Amino acid sequence: MNIFTGVRGTAWFRVLTGQAAAMPGDPHSVLTADAPLGTDHARFLCVVPDPHARFPCARQGQVGLEEAYTLASRVREVIELDKNTATKRPIIAIVDVKSQAYGRREETAAIFLAGAAAADAYGSARLAGHPVIALVVGHAISGGFLTHGYQANRILAFDDDGVMIHAMHREAAARITRRSVEELDKLGKTIAPLSYDIKDYAKLGLLYKLLHVENPETPSANEILTVKNEVIAAIADARSKPVDLRSRRESPGALQTRKGTILVRAKLEEQWRQA
Amino acid sequence: MIPSRDRTNFLNRQSFLELDARGRAASLFDEGTSRELVGPFDRVESPWLAIQDVTPQEDDGCVVMKGKIAGKASVVVALEGAFQGGSMGEVSGEKMTAALDLACADSEKGVPTSAVILLETGGVRLQEANLGLASVAEIMASILTLRKHAPVICVSAGTVGCFGGMAFAAGLSSYIVLTREARLGLNGPEVIEQESGIDEWDSGDRALVFAINGGEQRYAMGLADALVEDDTPQIVNAVRRFIAKGLPPIHRSSQVELYRRRIGALDTSRQWDPSELRRAWGTNGSKEDNR
Repeated sequence: MNIFTGVRGTAWFRVLTGQAAAMPGDPHSVLTADAPLGTDHARFLCVVPDPHARFPCARQGQVGLEEAYTLASRVREVIELDKNTATKRPIIAIVDVKSQAYGRREETAAIFLAGAAAADAYGSARLAGHPVIALVVGHAISGGFLTHGYQANRILAFDDDGVMIHAMHREAAARITRRSVEELDKLGKTIAPLSYDIKDYAKLGLLYKLLHVENPETPSANEILTVKNEVIAAIADARSKPVDLRSRRESPGALQTRKGTILVRAKLEEQWRQA
Repeated sequence: MIPSRDRTNFLNRQSFLELDARGRAASLFDEGTSRELVGPFDRVESPWLAIQDVTPQEDDGCVVMKGKIAGKASVVVALEGAFQGGSMGEVSGEKMTAALDLACADSEKGVPTSAVILLETGGVRLQEANLGLASVAEIMASILTLRKHAPVICVSAGTVGCFGGMAFAAGLSSYIVLTREARLGLNGPEVIEQESGIDEWDSGDRALVFAINGGEQRYAMGLADALVEDDTPQIVNAVRRFIAKGLPPIHRSSQVELYRRRIGALDTSRQWDPSELRRAWGTNGSKEDNR
C-alpha cells in the first residue's frame, strides 16, 4: 500500500485546473473541472482517496463503483455537449490510482460493469474525436488504469520512482507467480513487461512520452508550463492521427519489444484474406 | 423469468464444458464453414514464457476461427482455460484484438461480421504483466469499435470463469451468454481475501462465490442476456439468436445513469444478500427463484 496515492493526483489536478473539487452531486473521490489548455477548454478528471467514501473498500484511491460511474457520467457529459461541434474538446485523465476496489459489495453490485462503463465512456469519447490524454503522475495499477486512463489516445507519464504502471502490485504478483519480490525485481531487469520501473515500461512503446519533473508533489512554475505544453502537443498529435490505438503497436518502442504482437497481426491479416 | 433447471434431458446433453477451446469454437459455426486462423501449426507462441521456464503452447491458449453462423459472417475467439488459466498474454491478446479489428474492417466494407468471444480467463497473465494489461486495454478498445457495426457476443460457460480485466471485456459486449457453471466478476475470491481480509470475503466459501458471481445470479440481476444449460445446442442457439438480432438499441455499459442511480440507492453500511439485488435490479428474476 502506498500512503501517498492521491497526493500527486490532487497536486497536479490543482495546478492544471486551479481547483481540486468534485462537481455537485459527485462523490468527493472524483475531481472534475473544465479549464483552459492552449487554445482549448479541456475537461480534467482525477480519482483521489476519500477516507469517508460510502464504500469501505474504495477509500484509499481505488476506483470503485461510484468512482467508475461518476467518471463515465462526466465523460459522457462532454461527448453530449460537443455532439454537434466539429472540434471536440480534450479530455485529460490525471492518473494516480491505487487499483480497482477489492470488495464483496463491489462484486455483488457488478464492478465489472462499472469499469466497463467508464472505459466505454472514455473509448467512445476517443472514437467521437475527443483527444483523450492520460497523464500518469503516480500509480496506474491494473483495473484502476483500465477504468481510468488506458483508453486514451496518448499516454504521458512522469519518469521518477513514484510512478508505477503495472498489472498488479509487487507483493501480490510475487505471491501469485511464486517468486520473491527480489526475484521479481531481478527478472524485471531483463524482461521489460515484468518491470516495475517506468523507464522499462517506456520500452514497450505504449507511452507517447516520458516527462521529468524534479519534485512532482511540488512542481515549479516552469515545470507546470512544460508539462502543459507537452499535453498540448499530445492533443495536437492525437488530433492529426487515427482515433484507434494503433500508435501503441506502431511506435519505435513497440517495433522493438512487441514483436509477437506484430507477427500475430501480420499472419492473421494474411490468413483472414484467404479464409 | 429464470429458466428452471432442466434435469429431465440431462443424459442426452452434449456438454459444452467438456470441450476444449477449439471444440467449443468449432461447435458454433454452420457446418463446414469454419476455418482456424493462426492455428497451432503456425507455431506463434508467447515469446516471454520459455525465458521464465514456463512451457509455452503453440496457440498460446487462444483459438481464432472465421466462418458463418446463422448464415452470417462471424469470427469466434476462444480462450483455453486449461492453458495458464486462460490468461491474456501478448500473443493471445493480440489474436483477439486483431480478429476484432479485422471483423470491424470487413463490417466497414459492407460485410457485417459479428464476433463471439468465449471467455474462460483469470485475466492478465502475470508472466507477461504489462503487455497482458495493455492487451486487455486494446481488446476493450476493439470491442468498442466493432460493436458500432456488428454485435460482440460474450459466452462464458465455465469452469474457469471470467475474471480480471477480461470481465470488463465481457461488460462491453453486446450480449452475454452464461451457464449456471459460469462465474463472472472483476476480482476473484482469493484476491479479495488477500487484499481486504477474510472478513470481507472467505475464499473457502464456494457457495458465496456462486451466489454472487454465478451465471444464474448475473442473469437474474439483468447483467446477462441468456442463461443456458451446459448443452452445446442450447449455447449454439443462443449465439445464433443474438447474431440474428443484431445490435441492441443501447449497450448495457452505456446505460450509465441507470446504474449510477442503482448504486446510489444501495445501503453501503452492510453486506447484502445477493437476492436483494435480484429484486432491486433484476428484470429476469421471479419470486420462485429466491431460494
